[in-house]
Amino acid sequence: MNILADIFIALPEVFLALSAIVLLMIGVFRGESSTRLVLSLSVVALVATAALLVIGPRDEAVAFQGLFVNDGFARFVKLLVLIGAALTTAMSARYIESEGMARFEFPVLLVFATLGMLLMVSANDLMSLYVGLELMSLSLYVVAAFRRDTLRSSEAGLKYFVLGALSSGMLLYGISMIYGFAGTTSFALLSDVFAESKQAGEAVSVGLVVGLVFLAAGLAFKISAVPFHMWTPDVYEGAPTPVTAFFAAAPKLAAMALFVRVMMGPFGDLTDQWRQIIVFISIASMVLGAFAAIGQRNIKRLMAYSSIGNMGYALVGLAAGTEAGVRGVLVYMAVYLFMTIGTFVCILSMRQKGRLVEEIDDLKGLSRTNPLMALALGIFMFSMAGIPPLAGFFSKLYVFLAAIDAELYTLAIIGVLSSVVGAFYYLRIVKLMYFDEAGDAFDRPIGNEMAVILAVTSVITLFFFILPGPIVDGASLAAQTFFPASG
Amino acid sequence: MSNWPWLSLVTFVPLAGALFILSIRGEAEVVDRNSRYVALWTSLITFVLSLALWFGFERGTADYQFVEKADWIPSLGVTYHMGIDGISMPFVLLSTLLTPLCVLASWDAIKHRVKEYMIAFLVLETLMVGMFCALDFVLFYIFFEGVLIPMFLIIGIWGGPRRVYSAFKFFLYTLAGSVLMLLAIIALYFQAGTTDIPTISATAIPAGLQIWLWLAFFASFAVKVPMWPVHTWLPDAHVEAPTAGSVILAGVLLKMGAYGFLRFNLPILPIASEFFAPFVFTLSVIAIIYTSLVALAQEDMKKLIAYSSVAHMGYVTIGIFVVNQQGLEGAIFQMLSHGIVSAALFLCVGVVYDRLHTREIDRYGGLAQNMPRYALVFMVFMLASVGLPGTSGFVGEFLVIMGAFQASTWVALLTASGMVLGAAYMLVLYRRVIFGALTKKDLSAMFDMNLREKLVFAPLIVLAIFFGIYPLPLFDVMSASVANLVENYELALAAQEGTSLAQIWTGR
Repeated sequence: MNILADIFIALPEVFLALSAIVLLMIGVFRGESSTRLVLSLSVVALVATAALLVIGPRDEAVAFQGLFVNDGFARFVKLLVLIGAALTTAMSARYIESEGMARFEFPVLLVFATLGMLLMVSANDLMSLYVGLELMSLSLYVVAAFRRDTLRSSEAGLKYFVLGALSSGMLLYGISMIYGFAGTTSFALLSDVFAESKQAGEAVSVGLVVGLVFLAAGLAFKISAVPFHMWTPDVYEGAPTPVTAFFAAAPKLAAMALFVRVMMGPFGDLTDQWRQIIVFISIASMVLGAFAAIGQRNIKRLMAYSSIGNMGYALVGLAAGTEAGVRGVLVYMAVYLFMTIGTFVCILSMRQKGRLVEEIDDLKGLSRTNPLMALALGIFMFSMAGIPPLAGFFSKLYVFLAAIDAELYTLAIIGVLSSVVGAFYYLRIVKLMYFDEAGDAFDRPIGNEMAVILAVTSVITLFFFILPGPIVDGASLAAQTFFPASG
Repeated sequence: MSNWPWLSLVTFVPLAGALFILSIRGEAEVVDRNSRYVALWTSLITFVLSLALWFGFERGTADYQFVEKADWIPSLGVTYHMGIDGISMPFVLLSTLLTPLCVLASWDAIKHRVKEYMIAFLVLETLMVGMFCALDFVLFYIFFEGVLIPMFLIIGIWGGPRRVYSAFKFFLYTLAGSVLMLLAIIALYFQAGTTDIPTISATAIPAGLQIWLWLAFFASFAVKVPMWPVHTWLPDAHVEAPTAGSVILAGVLLKMGAYGFLRFNLPILPIASEFFAPFVFTLSVIAIIYTSLVALAQEDMKKLIAYSSVAHMGYVTIGIFVVNQQGLEGAIFQMLSHGIVSAALFLCVGVVYDRLHTREIDRYGGLAQNMPRYALVFMVFMLASVGLPGTSGFVGEFLVIMGAFQASTWVALLTASGMVLGAAYMLVLYRRVIFGALTKKDLSAMFDMNLREKLVFAPLIVLAIFFGIYPLPLFDVMSASVANLVENYELALAAQEGTSLAQIWTGR
């Protein structure tokens, strides 16, 4: 195979990798003073990569001896990942300067993490999956502990690293089991093996199922689904806020996409074997996310439990294991991405007299002191609670549509009821902002880039219902990747 | 003119007004005044526009009119489908009538955050009207649920001392019911392959599935009506909400649940509706008698009227589930009448509350002496609520009892007993507030109603008496749709003959 053709297929990734190296060089040669420049250029590089992705070839193509695949699913997810990464990187600009962590390595690490995400979304082999995942994880371990002079940040980084290493171990163990029993790590070959044995009516060997369980556990850790969620609240709380925002957006999306690809791609014929795992972690995540968030006072911890719950809802779509299910997951994650980024803009703007505050009580009376920010945060909260006509309602509609279609009634009923419980704590934030008397006002202005991101994300969340086409149709197209017959 | 998108206009003009208010800038006082006027004019224009629906409506047909249809989410086959028939049209008018009255009633009562208040009310109007016009399930659900957001804010921001508790209770109760309905809607989508309500109504749903779907819809609408025993959010919400919030709550939001029964449970799930009718009757009779007794014991005026609402909605649910011409027409008439009368009663409470800032019945007494006009207005609505012949309250209750007699003498008998209890608590309330000696000093200093308040009550009094004496215009509008509903219901049951539902139910 021609190496140039391969590079052309993976052009966005190659470009991003080169940009990251160039950015690193700029930082090294120009020293600490170049942080702002490197950060701006990182955002430009991410946007340029997204542009390359959009204008790139649209047909499905495999490269590098089948390790890498660029298909409709990968393109859709990568575009969202790049948008998420670019926005959250831009959001961190003010923070790193004011909190004394303005080092040029920070944006470079974020770019490397994004590169890892792109690779894992495009992985077509268990080996490239692992490489992409580790590239992302290692970068994220470092940025979680980036404020190494504070105890909480280094604790968060250490905790994330230790538990992340454990999950990587489980993942590798699962991969080795699967390789041992199936004789290959390639997604295409695995898929053929299972399709053949299904046609022949043979039962799947126990070893393979065990390997699958370990693989699922490793991936569940990355998306912080219950029971592998323990790291999330601590890391969310301890990590510097822009890092938390970054964690909550792009890596979640990429890991969820990876989960979908692995389950629907090579293991698409083993749906019966993995469905009950997914159903269980989905129910557990939704319920725990809803109940555990009620008692939280710290908004970052609250968002951690909220993200656990949200992953549970996204998994409802995966549990369906159908084309509608994959579409549901993608719509859900796309909407979640915008809601989360918007919410974190608000959290990053919670500053009183130059000092960051993180308690939800600090939001008291925000509707009086900063009505526009209160309105935006209110929109995000109602949307996360799934109240129509906001975007969050549609994302839930799509996943439950898939669940009912797949006759997962119990899952659907538990899901909607836990969304009522979840509504309680989202409403509490609205209550604090609108019903309570004003406390100290937050510092203003919040900055141009923040205001723009906040406006864009809240408009998308509020007016999604007018034009749901772009996201929904894109997700439908992406979902067809796994179901070529119907596409 | 007939090609105009009348329904979209009526639905979205208030939203445009809300956006306009949002853009008002300037000094606080000026902003407040302008917000009030913009809200008033917007809602008045909306009302005038909605009159076109009344006059342009073709009587004597059960077809949907003023239909608008446009693609919306093609991948799901969801369309923007609006249309009204004889059942929904009067409710659109009720919503557009009550909103300007609410704006007027809040003119002086709301002093802080006027701008946001008016925006919330106009958004609420859009959602209410849209809900009655929606002919697509997803569209309907969006309007139905969207109502929660402005109402939550209205109770929570401008409510009384326990507003936070009440707002949360209102929101979570309603949401818990509604999410189950969402699943039922999705299940119907897979049965019929569409979310178009008229198409689904024409689709036969398997009997076994009907049971589950009916329960899911019931969970949502019963909370909204509210039926005993899920009515407990209502007294709290009413007591804490500002006057205008109570008016909309009692006048329109409670009707949404009963409207849901009429629009979905009966036509789409007839077999299950027949199966569960005795269950509904039981709950309704309990509601009528029990909440009437509870109302007798209340010390808070708003709470008393709130409980009376639960009892009156009990008539409505009985009228709906007897499924005959009299029962259904009575139920719809009772809903409209209750929308006017209970709204007016809450406004009556608002009048004295604005002056004395208490709703405790014992704090009042002898108001007839220094507020004679108020006493007269209160009397009209009190008697209409009791169901005195010659007021609109009588027509609805009478027809419901007549319909109930055809279904079961016992249900009719127990329902009728509620009328006696209703008279008891309303008369007691009236006596304690209006009659007696005027001994309290602060009471004698109270002024009678001013021009603004008279303006608020005038249309309501006219309607309550006019439709009590001459209800025909309303029946003209609704009878064809109701006849069509009854006919289809009986056809569906006849087609089902042979496979008794009880067998299906127990056989599984």
